[in-house]
Amino acid sequence: MSGQTQAQQSEHFEFTAENLQKTKEHIAKYPEGRQASAVMPLLDIAQRQNGGWLPQAGIRCVATMLDMPVIRVLEVASFYTMYNLAPVGEHFVQVCTTTPCWLRGSDDIVSACKNKLGINMGETTQDGKFTIIEVECLGACANAPMMQIGDDYYEDLTADTTTKVLDALQAGDTPTPGPQSGRKKSEPAGGLTSLQETS
Amino acid sequence: MPTLTIDGVEITVDSGVTLMQACEEAGAEIPRFCYHDRLSIAGNCRMCLVEQENAPKPIASCAMPAADGMVIHTNSPSIKKAREGVMEFLLINHPLDCPICDQGGECDLQDQSMAYGGNDSRYDENKRAVTEKNMGPLIKTVMTRCIHCTRCIRFAQEVAGVEEIGALGRGEHMEISTYLEQSMTSELSGNVIDLCPVGALTSKPYAFTARSWELEKTESIDVHDAVGSNIRVDVRGKEVMRILPRLNEDVNQEWLADRSRFAYDGLKKRRLDKPYVRIDGKLTEATWEDAFKTIADKVAGTDGSKIAGIAGDLADVESMTALKDLLISLGSANLDCRTDGVQYDASNRASYLFNSTISGIDQVDALLIIGANIREDAPIINARIRQQSLTGNLQIAVIGETLDLTYDYDYLGAGAQTLADLVSDNGAFAQTLKDASHPMIIIGQNVLSRADGQAIAAMAAQLADNVGAITADWNGYNVLHQAAGRVGGLDIGFVPQDGGRDVAGILDGAASGDIEIVFLHHADEIDVSKLQNAFVIYQGSHGDAGVQHADVILPGAAYTEKAATWVNTEGRVQLGNRAAFPPGDAREDWTILRALSGVIGKTLPYDTLDALRDRMAEIAPHLAEADQIVAADWQGAGTAGDTSDEPFAGNSIDHYQVNPICRASNTMEECTNIQNEVSEGTGTNG
Repeated sequence: MSGQTQAQQSEHFEFTAENLQKTKEHIAKYPEGRQASAVMPLLDIAQRQNGGWLPQAGIRCVATMLDMPVIRVLEVASFYTMYNLAPVGEHFVQVCTTTPCWLRGSDDIVSACKNKLGINMGETTQDGKFTIIEVECLGACANAPMMQIGDDYYEDLTADTTTKVLDALQAGDTPTPGPQSGRKKSEPAGGLTSLQETS
Repeated sequence: MPTLTIDGVEITVDSGVTLMQACEEAGAEIPRFCYHDRLSIAGNCRMCLVEQENAPKPIASCAMPAADGMVIHTNSPSIKKAREGVMEFLLINHPLDCPICDQGGECDLQDQSMAYGGNDSRYDENKRAVTEKNMGPLIKTVMTRCIHCTRCIRFAQEVAGVEEIGALGRGEHMEISTYLEQSMTSELSGNVIDLCPVGALTSKPYAFTARSWELEKTESIDVHDAVGSNIRVDVRGKEVMRILPRLNEDVNQEWLADRSRFAYDGLKKRRLDKPYVRIDGKLTEATWEDAFKTIADKVAGTDGSKIAGIAGDLADVESMTALKDLLISLGSANLDCRTDGVQYDASNRASYLFNSTISGIDQVDALLIIGANIREDAPIINARIRQQSLTGNLQIAVIGETLDLTYDYDYLGAGAQTLADLVSDNGAFAQTLKDASHPMIIIGQNVLSRADGQAIAAMAAQLADNVGAITADWNGYNVLHQAAGRVGGLDIGFVPQDGGRDVAGILDGAASGDIEIVFLHHADEIDVSKLQNAFVIYQGSHGDAGVQHADVILPGAAYTEKAATWVNTEGRVQLGNRAAFPPGDAREDWTILRALSGVIGKTLPYDTLDALRDRMAEIAPHLAEADQIVAADWQGAGTAGDTSDEPFAGNSIDHYQVNPICRASNTMEECTNIQNEVSEGTGTNG
């Protein structure tokens, strides 16, 4: 997301002790003087620590840690869509609407989300629980249509199963990720057609 | 040495050159936006496409090395079509606002769309619009016009050494910005305006004030530092509208420091445009005759030894020569141009020059900087050092303050003791200097103007001798001057004659009454409070410090208003030209002195500028050699003596407020304010 906002920016950002350890592990992967290579994982850690979005203070913190000009870090953060530069809801719902998902009915998924949450694409619910956005291909075309919530993929969706997933999240449960149609991973929708014999 | 065929011409080029350079050598013109000689290759505008036989598609010539046996066409129908296509895409999101764009008339995109573009656009959708970005008081942005060539990003990163501009977002949402739209903290930031091939980055002070084709262009020399950058002064009527750099590989390449580029609005303010005479304690407008007569009356009753003259930072060589001749004919030996108090020996030219020359920096492999804030005193030289340091062949060490000079250096220590250690061959850097083929030592004014300045100069000279920095064709001892007039003044010997007083002596004499008449010639950087009792004649362009206690004011010309000789810190003699006339009754400085000499009865023997320049050449023959550097013989520098332990200071003045022109300039004031804000760190530097 390239949209920048000054809202809710805090002046200060610091990694927690646990995350600091993680950042050190990432930095240690690269040779001396090449620590800038660790910029993307560090930004990711910062974003996770900050509730799913990356504040400017976090960008500056990473820049200082990696001895990079802050504009270079901001370039990275604004280039990749996985970094959110503005606050997002607790559950960050990304609905894929690229061609395969669209052919398989992603329009229904989008409207199910909208109806369920009462917001439009790109918006966050009043209670701060959900943000829904439309994204380009997430690479799970074999299980289209799909959406990503947080780190999990929910696949083979229908309007009903979408609502169920969102309901569960609203209730505080964690719905099982993966295909919601009952099939196993991306095996053929009508059951196995080969490798049927078990030894 | 690859040999290739370009448009049917067979040509052999140096190995390693790009196809674009090869094409140019073969006489083919290649349009481009992102490619720039002095920046790294980006290859993102795609305007430089050429056709290579047996290649599947057109190739970007700026990024393709020339190879043996290539057969290239730069004007085939397919290339014409490719260029039209690229042009059409570039123009899809470019607004059609040339009539209200400051770049109009000197715009690469405009010119190239005329030459290589198609007739119309097939694009019916909405154009994208980008909000304007704040880049400080100097750079105006209209980012909708940006074609994302990234020249400004590369300039900031590579030449200016401040990584503050970047491309945010991607694809159609890519935008060029500084971090959180802060001002660029570079003293070379104005150059991105010249680099921008479209009207996205334009000059804020110049905005909407003139069109390029209505300006009269005069080539001249800059005086805001001692580099002597080559400039072009663009004038409409009497008014200087803008100042641009001129290409000179040996001096400023094609860059210009911000204060040289943007201080011109100071030329229109606080100007002295009429002679004034103090009558009953009040400065009153007068005629030239009255002013001259007042001076003549005063001079007639005063002994020559009680008359003194001080030439300031912005004094040109012609007028200093005239003033020197006049003062000597009046029997005065009290003249000095060293307003900062440095005790240069004017008879030892190599002791006050930047002997290695600016272009010599390109060969330097070891550099010792002694108490010089090169980044502020001479941004152009600093950029040159940075350029050399990026090659990886230059080791730099600093004695003095730990300043951000935009390149890496070893910090050796703060004061004279560290230098003494190097002289006595201690420390690894002494060895580095010895091992270097072209070692270089730069000393700043702030060190030389200390009480022990000459002792430190002697140590630096000793070090230069020790490490073999002085050879038949190389002199590694360099003084970095701050004032444009200083080297010229020293060259013509505008220093105390036998038994005469120096600047401090003149000021003390004026306070005690030993000096009765003080002639201030463009001299503002002195302690004028000591001049209260003396009869002060101020000749200059601006109502600055010097006029405070003046009894007669003679309005002179600023650097854009006179044909004058300037000698830069390396001793290069350069001729500035008159771009506009001085305001009101003000006149070119040497003519004022010539006229005054007639009234006093000591008529100077030159009636024309040529005659005066002949006289200058008589005093110092090298002044006749314009655009040349006449190397000076090495006779050592400074005088050995005791040094104090006080650390060397690099930073003493605000570099946006160095002279009366800058101090009168609103733009420079804004720069100072921004600089202060940044240094106070208002919130956003984490």
